[in-house]
Amino acid sequence: MKGTAEELIEEFAMFDDPMDKYEYIIDLGKDLPEMADSLKTEERLVKGCQSKVWLDAKEKDGLIHYSADSNTVITKGIIAILVRLLSARTPDEILSEDLSVLTKIDLRAHLSSQRSNGLTSMIDLMKKYAQVFKMKSKITDEG
Amino acid sequence: MVLTTTKIETIRKQFPILNQELNGKPLVYFDNAATSQKPLSVIKAIEDYYKTINSNVHRGVHQLSQLATDAFEESREVCREFVNAKSIKEINFTKGTTESINLVAYSFGRKFVSKGDEIIISEMEHHSNIVPWQILCEEREAVLKIAPINSKGELDMEAFENLISAKTKLVSIVFISNSLGTINPAKRIIELAHNVGAKVMLDAAQAAPHQKLDVQDLDCDFLSLSAHKMFGPTGMGLLYGKEEILEEMLPYQAGGEMIKEVSFEKTTYNELPFKFEAGTPNISGAIALKASIDFINEIGWDFIEQQEKALLDYGTERLTEIEGLKIIGTADNKASVISFLLGDAHPFDVGVLLDNMGIAIRTGHHCCQPLMNVLGIEGTCRASFAVYNTKEEIDRLYEGLLRAQKMLM
Repeated sequence: MKGTAEELIEEFAMFDDPMDKYEYIIDLGKDLPEMADSLKTEERLVKGCQSKVWLDAKEKDGLIHYSADSNTVITKGIIAILVRLLSARTPDEILSEDLSVLTKIDLRAHLSSQRSNGLTSMIDLMKKYAQVFKMKSKITDEG
Repeated sequence: MVLTTTKIETIRKQFPILNQELNGKPLVYFDNAATSQKPLSVIKAIEDYYKTINSNVHRGVHQLSQLATDAFEESREVCREFVNAKSIKEINFTKGTTESINLVAYSFGRKFVSKGDEIIISEMEHHSNIVPWQILCEEREAVLKIAPINSKGELDMEAFENLISAKTKLVSIVFISNSLGTINPAKRIIELAHNVGAKVMLDAAQAAPHQKLDVQDLDCDFLSLSAHKMFGPTGMGLLYGKEEILEEMLPYQAGGEMIKEVSFEKTTYNELPFKFEAGTPNISGAIALKASIDFINEIGWDFIEQQEKALLDYGTERLTEIEGLKIIGTADNKASVISFLLGDAHPFDVGVLLDNMGIAIRTGHHCCQPLMNVLGIEGTCRASFAVYNTKEEIDRLYEGLLRAQKMLM
């Protein structure tokens, strides 16, 4: 079975024109499971200079499930990719994921120095959640 | 028309950066209000300086230092002419508009503004013309008053007149708004302020590349500009101030260049314009600023104004054709800046898609968050034109926006 990263690389290899790629990213955003409005609170808000991102995480049977949303459709599409890469995985898997696939599908620019869209902070927060759940389970195990 | 096209082609040839592809498409650069591109003559001035006369200015006895000092001071004279100041003592080199405003807030404000005094700015100010005054007012227990704008994005002059009073110490106002393009009635504002004995600081960062500045005709007390917005280098700008006011002000930063004599008991300060220029200055920046002014003079204001007006008119006409597009800022007197919203689309999404079509615009709050709050929006898309832009490029923007609209709606 192919991993999510390989799937993404194959999907994105289909596009010669960057505009087609963005069309696809926008569609991915539309397919992202809706995040309940009640979850879009100030504490779950990752503020970029231009776009807003909300992120929530829940743990079930040792796996972390993320839900997220954004007020811009392109950021939301990239969030959908990140959720696909990191959701329903163990904290260790999430922490060791280097997201190099984003470079391979040429989206690294969105995560670089400008930080206008809040995605870099979002990835940091996704990993922080994994770290916290890992610590929690360790305490429970030892306790 | 043919003559204009030929002249634009000649001008464009001097900007190699414009002649390239980005994201596989020929670049359309419409982010000139953030920073303009640099002509070969400006780039060469920096290169020549470091290749031939680099050395420290003002103190050296050797020939290189003399040559560097001559070139540096020649630039000051060209800047004096550019803003029509009376004397080179009124031309202080700074890092740019932000530093110029901070300098006035510090050196004028801490001497002349006291408890209960009022400073007036407007709703359309850039953060750099808000925050220094907030800091000053907090420290001096002075009051910051905000002059409102009308629905077209023009300064509400009636409200402004009502704000002005004997308590007003200083009015600091933008000449041309970076986010709306509004050209403020600077002369009238200055007249009203002077009637009550208040001084006026004019933020001319956006005005400098678009129209002739004349500080004597305006009668402003301070004026600031940034070289990088007028085809010059970054990290370079100037503060004009009336000599008699500058003389009275506190020094800004302390160090070399700004002193006359130093002893541990008492230090005396150098005379203008060196009083406000502590440390080794941006020598190559000053020399390149001269090159950018030469470049503007060579093209001539008549041509620049005519070309930019043509671009503004054509751009407004084309963008208005797009259903659902709303132009933000429709002042009667406007510079070549068009802020807009494309239906309900977020400006960030519009900006990213246009970028992938090779079109560089700016999106967001343009460092004017309070203005965006007044307008009740998060931000805008902004296309800003310079003399080297063309109607064909505006057509590309039009086509790009239609495509973006299809994808985002």
